[in-house]
Amino acid sequence: MKIVVLVKQVPDSGAERNLRSDDNTVDRGSANNVINEMDEYAIEEALSIQEKHGGEVVVLTMGPSGATESIRKALSMGPDSAVHVADDALHGSCAVATSKVLAAAIGQLDADLIICGAESTDGRVQVMPHMIAERLGIAALTGARKLTVDGSTLTIERQTEEGYEVVTASTPAVVSVWDTINEPRYPSFKGIMAAKKKPLETKSLADLGVDASEVGFDGATSTVVEHSKRPPRQAGNKVADSGDGGVQLVQYLSSEKFV
Amino acid sequence: MQRLNTLPADLVTSVNVHSHVERILPTDEAYALLELVREIADAELAPRVDDFEARGEFPRELLRTLGRVGLLGLPYPEEYGGGAQPYEVYLQVLEELARRWLAVAEAVSVHTLACYPVAGYGSDAQRKRFLPDMLGGELLGAYCLSEPAGGSDAAAMTTKAVRDGDEYVVTGTKAWITHAGQADFYNVFCRTGGPGAGGVSCLLADAATPGIEPQARERTMGLRSSPVAQIAFDGARVPADRLLSEENKGFRIAMSALDGGRLGIAACAVGLAQAAVDYAVAYAGEREQFGRPIAQFQGIGFMLADMATQVSAARALVLAAARLRDAGRPYGAEAAKAKLFATDAAMRVTTDAVQVLGGYGYVADHPVERYMREAKVLQIVEGTNQIQRLVISRALTRG
Repeated sequence: MKIVVLVKQVPDSGAERNLRSDDNTVDRGSANNVINEMDEYAIEEALSIQEKHGGEVVVLTMGPSGATESIRKALSMGPDSAVHVADDALHGSCAVATSKVLAAAIGQLDADLIICGAESTDGRVQVMPHMIAERLGIAALTGARKLTVDGSTLTIERQTEEGYEVVTASTPAVVSVWDTINEPRYPSFKGIMAAKKKPLETKSLADLGVDASEVGFDGATSTVVEHSKRPPRQAGNKVADSGDGGVQLVQYLSSEKFV
Repeated sequence: MQRLNTLPADLVTSVNVHSHVERILPTDEAYALLELVREIADAELAPRVDDFEARGEFPRELLRTLGRVGLLGLPYPEEYGGGAQPYEVYLQVLEELARRWLAVAEAVSVHTLACYPVAGYGSDAQRKRFLPDMLGGELLGAYCLSEPAGGSDAAAMTTKAVRDGDEYVVTGTKAWITHAGQADFYNVFCRTGGPGAGGVSCLLADAATPGIEPQARERTMGLRSSPVAQIAFDGARVPADRLLSEENKGFRIAMSALDGGRLGIAACAVGLAQAAVDYAVAYAGEREQFGRPIAQFQGIGFMLADMATQVSAARALVLAAARLRDAGRPYGAEAAKAKLFATDAAMRVTTDAVQVLGGYGYVADHPVERYMREAKVLQIVEGTNQIQRLVISRALTRG
C-alpha cells in the first residue's frame, strides 16, 4: 500500500503569529515555523499502517523553500521519501487552488491512501481532504478518531460532537484524522540521521502541469481585504467576598447563561 | 485552595523559568540530538517529575520511550546498536535530562554504566549476543558492586561465585542497587578466588534467574522515583558463558566502568545545579521585597552570580575530562576531579537556591527543596567524594 501523508508547515500556534501588512498572508518570516500538529498524527497513522501492512509512506508538502525543515523533521519520524511542491507563483493561493495543486501532485504518486490532519492550525478551514477527494474522484473519510485497513477496505470512526459514526470506503481514498487517533512517536536519533539521506523531490507548477494563473493571488477565489490584531483581553470581573461572594458568582454565571 | 485564598495576589507561586546554555558540540548530528532531548525533556519529563517523585514510582514506560529514541546506548558503537556518540555529547544529553528529572538521567547513566562491562570486556561472541538488546532500548541494566558491609572498600566483597559444571552458583548480598527489581540484567561482581581485588570476577546475569531476589526498597531522602534496594543471591545459577573477561580479572572492569560512571554522575550534577540556578534566578526576578525584585539586592544578586559560576566551572571540568576520554587518553583522575567538583558544587548551589527562596524554598510548592535533597546522593554514589579525593591524591603522588 502506498500512503501519501499531507504535511503543512505552519507558524507555531503556541507563539506570536502575524499576518503580513503588505499582502495579508501569513508572516512566515517572523514566525517559528513547525509541522502542523495534527499532521504528526497523520504521519503516525501512516507509519503504523505501514508497520502492519507494509508498503511505502510518502510525505507531500506544498510550501515555500523554508518548509524543507519541516519535511526533514517529518521524515525523521520514519516515512520513506518526500515531495515538496515549491513555486513562487503559489504565494497567496486560496484553499481551492491549493487543493488543485495537491491533487495534481497526488495524481503523479499513484497513492492508495492519502492521510492528512483534520485541520491546520493556521487556516483551520477543514476543507482540504474533501476538495482533494472531489478533484481525484475518490472517497473522503474525514474526521477519523480510528482507522482500520482490511485489504482495500478502509473503515473509520468519524468523531462527532455526540459520539462517532462508522464510515467505510474502498481505496484509493482520503482520510483526515483528529488528534484522538493515536499518540505520535518521537523521531529517533537514528531517524534524524537517516532523514538527511532520504529522497526529497522538489516539484514546480510546471512539473505538475498546473498553470500559474490558476493559483496564487491571480487564481484566488477569495481575498483577505484587511486584518487587524485581536484586541487585548479585558480585565476579568473580580468578585470581592464580603459574605455574598457565592451569590455574586452564581448571578454572574447565570447572567452569562453558563448555568 | 483554602490557603491560596488568604495569600496576597502578588505572591510568587510559580515562575517562568528560562534556561539557555550555550554549547559547543562536535557535529551537526549532536546539535540535532540535543534539540530532540530538550524537546522530550520539556514534553515528557518536566510534567511528570513531581507526581512520580511524590508517589515513588519508577517511570519504566518513559525509559522505554527514551530507549526507542536511542538514548540508552549513546556512547557505544553503531554495529551493536549504539549511537556512536563521544562522551562529550552523551554527557550533555544526561545534563539536559537531569535538569528536568534527576532520577531519569541517573537511570540512563546507570544503564549506560551497566552496558560497559560487556562492551569493554566481553568477547566478540558476547558482544554480538548481548549488546544489541542491551543498547536497543527495551532492556534496562543494573550494576551490583557494593555490599551491605563493603562500600568504598569494594575489594572486600564477600558475595561468592562457585563454579559447578557449566554454571556459577552465586551466593551473597549486594547493596544500593539502582533499578533493583526493575532491571532486566545485572552485572554482578563476586568472589571466585582469594581475598582482595585479585579474586573478583564479573558475571552478566539475567534478572529472571531463580535465586536473584530483590529486597524491600530503601526509603531514600531523594530520587524517590528511582528504586534502590539490596539484592540477595541465594544460590543463583548463572551460565559460565556469562563470565566477562577472565576469572579473577573482574575488579579492573568494575573500576574502569566507574571512571565512565563518575562522569555520568558529574553530568547529572551539572544539570541538577543548572535547574536550581535557573529557578532561583527566575524567582528572584519576580519576588519583590522593599519595593523591588530581590535579585536587585546585591546580597541575592551576588549569590546568584556565585551559583552560576560554579555550574559553569563544573560543566567545563566535566567536558574537559570527557574530551580526554574521547581522545583515548588516561582520564580517571580527571573524571574523579570532575565528579568531586560537580557534585559538591551541586550541593552548594541547590542549598543556596533554597536560601534565595527563603521559607518558600523549604516547602514542596517549589522544586528547589527536591533539588537539595537530590544533590546529596550525588556526593555519595559512584564513589564517595572522599574516594574521589583518594583517586586524585594517588594519581598525584604516583610520580
